This record gives sequence, C-alpha cells and structure tokens, in this order.
Amino acid sequence: MEKYAIFVPRLVTKKETFAPGHRACIGCGEALAVRLVCKALGQNVIIVNATGCMEIVSSQLPYTSWRVPWIHTLFENTAAVASGIEAGLKVMTRKGKRTAQGVSVVAMAGDGGTSDIGLQALSGALERGHNFLYICFDNEAYMNTGIQRSSATPFGASTTTSPAGKMSIGQVTWKKNMPAIAAAHDIPYVATACPSYPFDLMAKVAKGIAISGPAYIHILSVCPTGWRCPPDLTIRIGRLAVETGIFPLYEVENGEYKLSFNFPQLRPVTDYMELQGRFRHLSEETIREIQHRVDKDYIKLTEKAV
Amino acid sequence: MAKRVGIEVSLAIAETAKLANVDVVAAYPITPQTHIVEHLAQLVADGELDAAYIPVESEHSAMSACLGASAVGARTFTATAGQGLELMHEVLYIASSMRLPVVMVVVNRALSAPLSVWGDHSDVMAVRDTGWIQIFTENGQEVVDNLLGAFRIAEDQRVLLPVMIHLDGFHLSHMVEPLFLPEQSEVDQFIPPYYYPFPLNPDKPITMGAFAPPIIYSETKKAQEVNLEASKAVILQCWKDFGSFFKRYYSPVESYLSEDARVLLLTMGSFSETAMTAIDKMRKEGRDVGLLKLRLWRPFPFGEIRQAVKNAEVLIVLDRALSFGGPGGPVCSEIRSALYDEEKKPKVISFVGGLGGRDITVAGFEYIVNRGIEISQTGSEQEFEMFGVRE
Repeated sequence: MEKYAIFVPRLVTKKETFAPGHRACIGCGEALAVRLVCKALGQNVIIVNATGCMEIVSSQLPYTSWRVPWIHTLFENTAAVASGIEAGLKVMTRKGKRTAQGVSVVAMAGDGGTSDIGLQALSGALERGHNFLYICFDNEAYMNTGIQRSSATPFGASTTTSPAGKMSIGQVTWKKNMPAIAAAHDIPYVATACPSYPFDLMAKVAKGIAISGPAYIHILSVCPTGWRCPPDLTIRIGRLAVETGIFPLYEVENGEYKLSFNFPQLRPVTDYMELQGRFRHLSEETIREIQHRVDKDYIKLTEKAV
Repeated sequence: MAKRVGIEVSLAIAETAKLANVDVVAAYPITPQTHIVEHLAQLVADGELDAAYIPVESEHSAMSACLGASAVGARTFTATAGQGLELMHEVLYIASSMRLPVVMVVVNRALSAPLSVWGDHSDVMAVRDTGWIQIFTENGQEVVDNLLGAFRIAEDQRVLLPVMIHLDGFHLSHMVEPLFLPEQSEVDQFIPPYYYPFPLNPDKPITMGAFAPPIIYSETKKAQEVNLEASKAVILQCWKDFGSFFKRYYSPVESYLSEDARVLLLTMGSFSETAMTAIDKMRKEGRDVGLLKLRLWRPFPFGEIRQAVKNAEVLIVLDRALSFGGPGGPVCSEIRSALYDEEKKPKVISFVGGLGGRDITVAGFEYIVNRGIEISQTGSEQEFEMFGVRE
C-alpha cells in the first residue's frame, strides 16, 4: 500500500478495457470491481467469463464491452476453459505456432459460479497447477437470476430462495469459506479484495497474474439490488464489510497468511447490517450470534496471520 | 508406403491422433475409452507427441478445456464414451455453435441404469441434435481413416465444426486388427496445417460467446444449420480425396450386394461386419437381400438414403438404441420420415437389438431379415420389435 499512497492517481492507467455502456445496475460494486481488475490486468490478457451478471451486462450480441479477448461458454466450466486456453497457448508457443508471449489467462465468475456449480472445475484447475488467475466476484447470491441464495450468502440474509418469514430467519447456513478452500489446494497465491479499497485490489490482481501457477482472488462486490441498499452506499458498505471484520482483506502467499489491513478495534456488525434490507428482519439475538461468529472467525484469521 | 500392422484399435486411434500432431488432448478416463487416452498420455510422456495432455477431473471439463484450447487455435482432440458423453452434453452444443473444430472419438457405450460398460448406440442418439458432424465406423481401418479425415473436415475454413467419430465399445475398440497406419509424410500431405481464423489473441481482441436476445437468436441458429448442411460437400470431397490418396473409399451410405435387392437390411457400426456375413449366406441360398451401412449420421444423408432404397420393397433397420415411449429405433424413425413423401418407397420395419453389448450373430441377422419380411407381409401395426429379448 505504501508505494501507492501518494502517486496513486498517476499510477493507474486511464485506459478502460471494460468499456462503459454496459447494462449493470446503478451502484453495481461488481462492475466497478471488474473495471479495476481490467486496469490492473492490462491488455496482454485473455478473459474467460462464466455465465452470470457480468457476462449478461457486458455481451449482448452484437455489442460488447470488452476491449480485450474475451470468451464465455457456460456457467460451471470457466476454470476448465481457462485450463484449455493456458495449455493451448503454452504448447503452441513451444511448437512455434504462436509468437505472442506472456499472455495472462484470467477466469472470472460469480459466487454461484465459483463456490457452487463451478467448484469442481475450479478445484481441478487449481490442482493441475495451470498458470492462470481465477477471480470470484462475490455478491453473495444468484443476483443475475433474481437474488437466490448461494453457498456464499451470509447467515441471516433474506433472499428469494431463503426468504425470511414467520418460521425462518432467512439463510440458515454460514457463508462457505471459498478463499480457504482455494488455499487448501496449496497454490502460490490467494487473496481477498474489495473495490472499496481500489489500490489494494489492483495491487493484488497485478500480483496474481505475475505469479507463476494458479492464483485465486475473492472480491466482495456490493450489490445494491440484491442487498436492498441505496446504490450510493456501495463504497461505504464495502468498507464497512472490511472494518467490521465480516470480510477481512488478506493474502495467502505460499501458505502464509498476511492481513492487508488490521484494525485494532473492529466496528460492530450492526454498522454494516443496518444499511441493508436483506438483514432488516433479524432479531437482536440473531445479530448477537452473528457478531459472535464474526469475532471468532476474525481471531482465527489473525492467529493464522502471525 | 504404409505397412500393415496388427494393433488394438484403441491404440491405433491414439497413434492416428499422434500422426495428426494434435496440440491439446483433454480427457477423462471411462471404460471402454481408456486405452485410447492411456496410450496418448504415454506418447506425450515419451516425447513422441508434442502436445499438452490435460488430465481433467470430469468429461464436462474435458470438453470445456477443448473449447478453450480450440479457441486459441490449437488442434484439439478428446475421446469419451457413454456416461462421459452425456456429462459433456451441454458443452457439445457450445463447440458446434461457436464453430470450434474439436475432434472426438466416441467409443459407443450403453447408458445407465443399470450400469453397463458394454456397447450400444444410446449415447450416440442422445447427442444426435448437438450440431456435430457424426460418422459411424465399422472396423479399425475405418476408424483410422475417418479420424484422419475428421481433422481435415473439421478444420476446413468452410466448415469449422466439431466432428465425432463413433466406434462400438469393446466389439471394435478392444479388437486387435490388421490395418494400415499411414506414414507421417502421407498424413502431413493429407491434413494441411491448422489455421483458425478467429483465435483469442490480445493483438486482435474479439468477444466470443456473447448472449443473443430473441431478435437475433433465430438467425444464429439458421446460420448454424446452413453451415452444417454445407459441410456435406466438404465431407464428400474429403472422402474423394482420401480415396485417390489412400485407395480406400467412403460414402455417406454404403451398400453391400444391395443392387436391385428386394429386401434391404440397414445397420451401422461394427454390426455391419456380421450382417455382411449373414447377407453372403442368404445370397448363396438364393435370397434376394442386400445390406446398407449408414456412415454419415450428421448431416443426415437424405438424398443418398432415398436413392439407395428406391428399388427395394422392404427395408429393415436395426437400431442399437431405444427411444422410450417413442418410435423404437431413432435411426429407423429418421429414415421413415425421410421416405414418407416418396412416391415409391419400401415398407420400413424397425428392429431394436444389440443393447448393452448383447451380440447379434449371423443367425440373428437371418432371423431379423426373415421376421422383417414376415411383418411387412402381415401389415403389423407394431411400431418396432426388440430382437433377442427374453420376456
């Protein structure tokens, strides 16, 4: 971070490879994250995109928002398609059939495409050690199809398939720890990021493509439409997710955990939750339960980050 | 000049892929396809084939990795069977719709349940409408020849479509047969170097796989259909060129002693070999029977089928797959429909048999022919009959 502190605006390219004019909702944290990711990737890249919000808002035939080579095929196979691209480029360069050098291969998917339906393909690609970066844009539900719960939806959130009601508090399971699953593959680089911390995000993406071997970055993307929050609060809510310890930012480099930001005192989870309609129905008791779990998980993380 | 060698057909397939100098192989093991991919992995490990062998974690990922490799312009090969082909199902449509010329060998296997690793055509029929060019083969030589042709057809700039080569599980895949493997120089001459016109390339960014709203989806599908239909001319030209080069000839519908035969039997795959023996025997007995063998399954050879059966009175079709609750044999039902508007056409009789690796012997084919003639004379209302099943 230090190196970015003063010269930040000058260091970031003005070139937009994720072009404006796409169809994302007002205040979309994910579109902002993609834009920042693209700035960090540069132009010597091939992007593989899973089915989902970003694919749908950016690629309506005959239009495209992509100024870099981009391919979408299906929902659950993004990491496998990226494997084929990476292997294809490598062997064709070796056989002299292609001259381009140093092309980064980047796979992108949402939380459903990553932690649910695409998990097998992702695990396979990470295990095989392909030299690629996988980015999960996590907006904590199937937003593209209308806010259905995924395994990344947080405990207590009301979605259209985990609705709050007389007999339910909404989502009754805890968010799947996808970065830990990625890290369990013993890959060289895992990180979490959030567009509310843009320079941290871009630095991590740059690191992810520079490293040889598989890298995984999990980006929390605030979704005003699905989280039932005002679109002008996207950045603030992202910051609060980090400051409350709900979504801590960290890196795992060759198995070593390192916190990107460490707060001496975490803010209470209510600061984050009260701004979002999806948590509105929760009782004080449930919120206490969430606070307890967040504290516990944060301690576990800081212990790993020694 | 190529030498005749005795080799297991599966290994010959791997050797042929090597001769085609494939760049990427992404495969997942499934019986009875395993010997093909094992041998390919060994060829890569021994440095005899310079390719990336991606040992993926499922067939869904195998075909998906093939999409990626093909999209950057690599010559891409895979093989699968039965359940594996089913797991690939949705990915198959992507390869054809996005014009990615992947070549795949399908070692035909029955579908579960109950689990059966043995051969039939249930897997083929389930992927009938995926937009791939599909070719049946009868013996090891035909597999090798058509696999070579497949690369040339798929990668032709006028085609750019994926191709499936079908062969029967075990009955063909695990046979050791005498066959001609071509010389490298012959293959290099026959298959031009691969050039994909629209690869993913940072120097010239393109968007592949954009979504289509209703206003344009139908046009994309029409274009795809026109493209697949047009591929037939290229397939025919390829087989013609193959014939002049290697002196072995192929056509969409092949005939055996069928000229002016009153009764015709139609089969596909390795069963055709036994059927030929049965036809020989019946011909010797003075019977007026002949055999048709369906080679090109997609695009469907309407004209050739109509031409081949126009003088026959009875056409007996043996399918190795069952369309449950439907017309019985999928191939027969297509042939019936292709002949429906013809002024002069044979009576078409449908048999389903050879499911899950059940063999049909020479005597079996004789029975099918006799029984078919009997049904044609009685005007039975039955849509189809299952052969050799205990009730």
